[in-house]
Amino acid sequence: MKVTVLYFARLREALQREREVIDVPATVVTVAQLRAWLVARGEPWASSFAEIKRIRAAIDQAMAQDASPLHDGAEVAFFPPVTGG
Amino acid sequence: MPVRVQREDFDAGREIGQLRAADPKIGAVAAFIGVARDVNDGDAVATLTLEHYPGMTERALEEICAQARARWNIADVLVIHRVGELRPTDQIVLVVVTSAHRGEAFFACEFVMDYLKTEAPFWKKEATADGTRWVDARDADEHARARWKATGA
Repeated sequence: MKVTVLYFARLREALQREREVIDVPATVVTVAQLRAWLVARGEPWASSFAEIKRIRAAIDQAMAQDASPLHDGAEVAFFPPVTGG
Repeated sequence: MPVRVQREDFDAGREIGQLRAADPKIGAVAAFIGVARDVNDGDAVATLTLEHYPGMTERALEEICAQARARWNIADVLVIHRVGELRPTDQIVLVVVTSAHRGEAFFACEFVMDYLKTEAPFWKKEATADGTRWVDARDADEHARARWKATGA
């Protein structure tokens, strides 16, 4: 399954990238599993996801939860709590 | 229900005029303007840079406006949010709600701002004398949004 992963704000800077296309293994089917898989890849994901508090996720541009299911071709975004307004 | 994310400044008077001109049933207009401050967390702020998630931002704002419409009997909602580099005293965001009577307009305007603060994917980075830093989310904003759940749909 291929997903496009986007990063924003502090997380984008920490990872020094704003997007990547990832072919995830069949065992990765939820947001939480994708996050764990990214962290397991090592640096810079491990320390960035550990240091930035309360990282949130979206799938296909809608807020998602840990258990939200991924699908082939999904656009998954990770970002810190929002601070607009 | 128009939603706009833009770099350019806005003219609140003109926007309000356009929003209410077409509907003579409107008897109330509530508007909120968020403005860039020159101090945050005790430090002087030189510039404020707003990043967003193009596509999701507009969808999130439209969803918030739809919730406000479902909850109150309002005529229209307008949200304009700026992105890019801003300076102290610059306008950041405009929310306008029109309705027949003031109660709904006041409530819906505050509701839209409270949800925008916690649900719309914008991030602020500020430049101070010590360099740049990302603005942290405030618990008070989360509490403000939670109030609307406590008071029921």
